[in-house]
Amino acid sequence: MFAFILSRILQAIPVMLTVALISFAMFAYVGDPVSIMLGQDFTEAQRQQLIQDLGLDRPFFVQFGTFIGNALQGEFGLSYRLSRPVAELIAERAPATLELAFCAAAIAMFVGVPMGVYTGLYRNSWLSRAFLTFSLIGVSLPTFLIGILLILVFSVWLGWLPSFGRGDVVQLGWWSTGFLTWSGLKALILPSITLGLFQLTLIMRLVRAEMLEVLRTDYIKFARARGLGNRAVHFGHALKNTLVPVITIAGLQLGGIIAFAIVTETVFQWPGMGLLFIQSVGAADIPVMAAYLMLIALVFVTINLIVDLLYYLVDPRLRSSMGAARGGH
Amino acid sequence: MGMRAGAVRRTAVALAVLAMLGAGAAEAKTVRWAASGDPNTMDPHSQNTGTVTMVLQQIYDPLVKRNQDLSIAPGLATEWRQEEPTRWRFLLRQGVTFHEGETLTAEDVVFSLQRALQPTSNFGIFVDTIDRVAAVDERTVDIILKRPDPILPNKLASVFIMSKTWSEKHNATRPQNTRQREEMFTVRNTNGTGAYRLASREPDVRTVLARNDGWWGWSVEGNGGNVTEIVYRPIASDATRIAALLSGEVDFVLDPPLQDLNRLRNASGVKVLEGPEVRTLFIAFDTQRDELLYSDVKGRNPFKDVRVRQALYHAIDIQAIHRTTMRGQSVVTGTLFPEQVNGYVKAEDVRLPHDAARARALLTEAGYPQGFAVTLDCPNNRYINDEQICQNIAAMWSRIGVRTTLKAQPLAPFFAQIQRDDTSVYMLGWGVPTLDALYSFQSLLATRNGEQGDGIWNYGRYSNPRMDALIQRMKSETGEARQAAITEALRLYREDVPHIPLHHQMIPWAMRSNIQIPHMANNQPYFRWAVVN
Repeated sequence: MFAFILSRILQAIPVMLTVALISFAMFAYVGDPVSIMLGQDFTEAQRQQLIQDLGLDRPFFVQFGTFIGNALQGEFGLSYRLSRPVAELIAERAPATLELAFCAAAIAMFVGVPMGVYTGLYRNSWLSRAFLTFSLIGVSLPTFLIGILLILVFSVWLGWLPSFGRGDVVQLGWWSTGFLTWSGLKALILPSITLGLFQLTLIMRLVRAEMLEVLRTDYIKFARARGLGNRAVHFGHALKNTLVPVITIAGLQLGGIIAFAIVTETVFQWPGMGLLFIQSVGAADIPVMAAYLMLIALVFVTINLIVDLLYYLVDPRLRSSMGAARGGH
Repeated sequence: MGMRAGAVRRTAVALAVLAMLGAGAAEAKTVRWAASGDPNTMDPHSQNTGTVTMVLQQIYDPLVKRNQDLSIAPGLATEWRQEEPTRWRFLLRQGVTFHEGETLTAEDVVFSLQRALQPTSNFGIFVDTIDRVAAVDERTVDIILKRPDPILPNKLASVFIMSKTWSEKHNATRPQNTRQREEMFTVRNTNGTGAYRLASREPDVRTVLARNDGWWGWSVEGNGGNVTEIVYRPIASDATRIAALLSGEVDFVLDPPLQDLNRLRNASGVKVLEGPEVRTLFIAFDTQRDELLYSDVKGRNPFKDVRVRQALYHAIDIQAIHRTTMRGQSVVTGTLFPEQVNGYVKAEDVRLPHDAARARALLTEAGYPQGFAVTLDCPNNRYINDEQICQNIAAMWSRIGVRTTLKAQPLAPFFAQIQRDDTSVYMLGWGVPTLDALYSFQSLLATRNGEQGDGIWNYGRYSNPRMDALIQRMKSETGEARQAAITEALRLYREDVPHIPLHHQMIPWAMRSNIQIPHMANNQPYFRWAVVN
């Protein structure tokens, strides 16, 4: 187990370095931060001075090497756009994104799994058909459109929910939370639904397909022959065995939710990391963009590792095969 | 301590009296304000952009203030005169205090102007003629210039005054620290003398300003605003910003998108205020290279020939752009800047008419009967409908045989590219913060020579010794002689066609119907003049 985790961590290092290199190379095309920082009026001398101050006159690999060296010490420099430490900016924004991602994932799981089970069990009921039609909409509508539609209905027409922002937040140490105020909770609803909808439909369809598959297998028939009740068969035997692929997909998608909250955050002016990233792209704020991409890569690597570990908990076959292999040597 | 308690008691008594009278002044009037971007910094001398200034001008005062028609009026200085050609004397207002209690002195003015002169300040253009600043006594400041500058007070209307002791205490004597890896105190803190003080600031989320009841200006006639609190929140998405206004979560939107204006005009409880902006869009040519980049013409640069530039000018149907792309929200122009700018001459604001036949004839005359290919560089998120305007122009040019490829990019890569002079022909929109002709001529049309301001935005590298001589005259002469130089330069601009002028932008503001605020051509809301019913 420990060897497995260690090998996974070692594998992650080249992945992180590659991401850093690619993102760093990409920055050559996002524009020149110097021209944005200088504003409308400047002299050539001021321009040269700034290029030198920022170290942009050094060769590419020297800049990259410095970046990696500093990043290893958790030092990402100052944001060009906001003149503030990047690590501090990201730490400030992370709670907003993580709370949003958590709510979106929770909605996707707690609504998606029961809907999937229902549509799998009662294939021909009208409600199942309604769920499936709904899921098609969820999969095919782009996120920004869903967001705008929700704002139009729930903020402009009905006036029930806020159209933007996080509401009032409470500061718990360095973590700012929207869970503790009424306005913070209300502000979470629309963005969470927008962000979670695609996930929700994906999980629902996946659970449904897996349920249909599993319900046909021999051990389900055997379970029924033993006289077990519907409840035990459906949830104790069938659902449990559908969960391995669901966990994989949901886990990987959690990384996706965090990484691609960009669109949702922009639509709802949600002050998270995605919005920070978009604003940084507009200003060619290389330190922030680099740090964000590295962080996202780290999130994916970590989630992959956790998903692999979860397999062991859910699927006993993997544990025994691993044990057998170890025993053989 | 005793004084403090006394002040509290007096305030309490005053509040009680007001409450008994039921006076409206004590009532809280909050304006929730939104626009697409958030100020990058709260430092008054670091970033010279509209987004930063729109917040800071509520907090800080300059020596010279602007009226609602953008003319100048006494600010922290009550009077000023040119004692000698290169020495101005400013007399400071007495009894002005900063939000943290310091009394304004001549030393603060000396410090602030010197701070704006530092290389990391983006406000160099407003103090470029200043040699040094000296405090004569507590309330008198002398500004000694390198050369005569007839528009110094106009320029100083853009330079905010800080407290010297406060800045020194917080180690913020410079506007930016590009070399060090520490955040400067002034990035998130302010201490001005203005009508509002910064109550709280969460960058990119919320900036709250509270009314400074002790502001010297409340007793000055015309400053009759009743807003007690301003909550600024950036909302980047156009649709969301408008939704927030319609749902009543926001009271004032500085930059509503054009396509939503009709809907906003018809919505109940919301109104749209329109006015011209001091920003002129134009197309500029590379008139310097011997062989054009991104073209099929080899060994020659067609844009060096004034007939080709005129041909492309004649090809543009600006009325069509005004009607369809801009939906009427533009002021068509034939000159470099709008009438709010000092030096404007109505008789020189004349376009070459739209005439495709004449355009083709001029191309033939210049030796390009079959036309040629060219790439037009445009931003796609900087000006109102910038990319669509360029699409129209590309189509209009293609119609006379100049096969135009449009390269539209976001502002960061666009500006990076044109600032390397890596362009044949490009679009630019030019605002004039000094509200004086010199700023436009100097930045856009002077030969680039490495000096502050000269030709720094002249990426077509237009160079005409006659124009340079006229710009020199604008820098030093005064009165009628100066206006004569400007008029002549405007005429030369029409004859030489270094640019094709397009239009001045109109800027709509959208707000709840209960707000009264004067529309300003510099696109700055002044909440000291706002009344909420």
